[in-house]
Amino acid sequence: MIVSQTEFRGALLDGARERPIGLVDEKGRAAGRRFDVYRNNVAVSLTEALSQGFPTIAKLIGEENFNAVAGIFLRQSPPASPLMMHYGAGFPEFLEGFAPLQHLGYLADVARLELALRRSYHAADATPIAPDALGEIDPMQLGNVVMTFAPAVELLHSPWPLHAIWAYNMQGGPKPQAVAQDVLITRAEFDPMPYALPAGGLAAMTALTAGNPLGEAAAIGANSAPDFDLGALLALLLQGNAITSISITP
Amino acid sequence: MLDDTPRFAKLPNRPGVGYKPQHYSDLISDAGDVGWLEIHAENYMGSGGRPLAQLRHLAERFPISVHGVGLSIGGEGALDPEHLARLQHLVDWLNPTVFSEHLAWSTHDGAFLNDLLPLPYTQATLTRVADHIDQLQNAIGRQMMLENPSSYLAFEESTWSEPDFLREVANRTGCGLLLDVNNVFVSATNLHYDPKDYISDYPLDKVGEIHLGGHDEDEDDHGRPLLIDSHGKAVVDPVWALLDHTLALSGPRPVLIEWDNDVPDWPELHAEASRASTALAKVPA
Amino acid sequence: MSNTVKTLAVAGAVAAALSAHATTAVAAEKEKCYGVSLAGQNDCAAGPGTTCAGSSTVDFQGNAWKLVDAGTCADMELPAMADGKARMGSLEALDRDLPG
Repeated sequence: MIVSQTEFRGALLDGARERPIGLVDEKGRAAGRRFDVYRNNVAVSLTEALSQGFPTIAKLIGEENFNAVAGIFLRQSPPASPLMMHYGAGFPEFLEGFAPLQHLGYLADVARLELALRRSYHAADATPIAPDALGEIDPMQLGNVVMTFAPAVELLHSPWPLHAIWAYNMQGGPKPQAVAQDVLITRAEFDPMPYALPAGGLAAMTALTAGNPLGEAAAIGANSAPDFDLGALLALLLQGNAITSISITP
Repeated sequence: MLDDTPRFAKLPNRPGVGYKPQHYSDLISDAGDVGWLEIHAENYMGSGGRPLAQLRHLAERFPISVHGVGLSIGGEGALDPEHLARLQHLVDWLNPTVFSEHLAWSTHDGAFLNDLLPLPYTQATLTRVADHIDQLQNAIGRQMMLENPSSYLAFEESTWSEPDFLREVANRTGCGLLLDVNNVFVSATNLHYDPKDYISDYPLDKVGEIHLGGHDEDEDDHGRPLLIDSHGKAVVDPVWALLDHTLALSGPRPVLIEWDNDVPDWPELHAEASRASTALAKVPA
Repeated sequence: MSNTVKTLAVAGAVAAALSAHATTAVAAEKEKCYGVSLAGQNDCAAGPGTTCAGSSTVDFQGNAWKLVDAGTCADMELPAMADGKARMGSLEALDRDLPG
């Protein structure tokens, strides 16, 4: 019997399927449990990859529940490439559509945050602007400054206390309060850090990322939240080595 | 086909270890008996950050062996051109001492299964594997080494023995071979043959690197031992004995300790490397 | 807001950010950047097998749903968010709608 890789793969990911005929021990008897070694290797190694990649989700729902959820996800969405560093890109949408976890509405956003942390960790290195570069610009021109950001910078919007949920689980932070939190991730050197954006910060950051000058971004931020604090946002960006170039628009 | 000058001879005939980030500082401060490092190619295919910074730093101090775990050389489908390009990029950037991959498949129909899956040893597999190795060697512009797998089962359709199959692949493509002695022990136990016969049949003149690792014990449906190549504990005595037997036949070779699961602290890993160093010291050059 | 006021506001924010940054400025020790942090890392080590008990294919399906409130979500109470529905942090609903 010839065993195709299509047949092998099908039986590998589906425990209810018959093991392929033609796989044997040295006496020619059906492979039986020997085939299950591969089934086990695939399920366990992908579950571990997900649990390492989504440690906050694992803490939130507990290891046992996480493993069960991962077991379903990995069969539905095995990795599309051998780069395990990015495995689980579809996990947030999976969680959103997974009925038994519907009541934990924040899980998908937490998964998005964990994916963004991994992307940031592996993002290309970039040289930040000199610490005093902004200070050397004529104050009258600051509103016309256009910025570019490091590839490790990530922005997330959430109606949940996203940063607080992460900090509560990963950093021993206080219990999350019911407020919406947008998150900025920066990587000052090699370790990505998430920060809760000040109100209006996401709107302003989105504008800056799109190439709008600082003055306009400030107005957009203030429009989105009257108490928008541009200084707080800039401090986060400077501290996170997030700004890689500044130039003045004519 | 590349010319088959054994450029892989450049790894020193000393112990190496599979690199784990938690051992970074230990390796930089005092590597002891460890003379080279092996990395898994796929973990260094990001765009930047700490993994690449560490690797750049380590490559200044140690010969590096790049070990691919995701190319799926035995896959029925074509090699993934994107993955091939990533490998090419990594090899160009790092210029490692050697590159190796596995006689196995891991990707099918766009799904990467994160395991080294077995192949039937047939004419069709031989042609496919040889074509894929040609393609890879042309892409990276250098010779690669192919590693023997751990077997948990056999294919009814196989018509070649594993050592003969690997010899033929090496002859056709000019690739070198990597010999995992623990895999030989695991496969021989699982499929009930004498591991020394396997070593005698293996084309040792083509071997540029030896692997050692720990395995777990399970049982098959008939209550007989079924060993699992887990890389999660120390190398067992019978495998050390098989290493001695191999080195006596092959002469000194670079010997790697693989420990990928339940990774121990540096002293415990280093002790394994020291034991390999002792084994190498017994072999006349 | 007039342009002048806007300009002054931006200049003020930049000045505040710069002074905040100066006080928290981190010493750039290169070597510390090579420290060990596995956050964000997801290594590929295809190959090593596992005898991990209780994690075979069968256990992960259907009847493996031995659900316990083991997670921290049970400690968090996050009511009325975006869609206005009350959301509690327990896993009680997990024993409904299980895949067969």
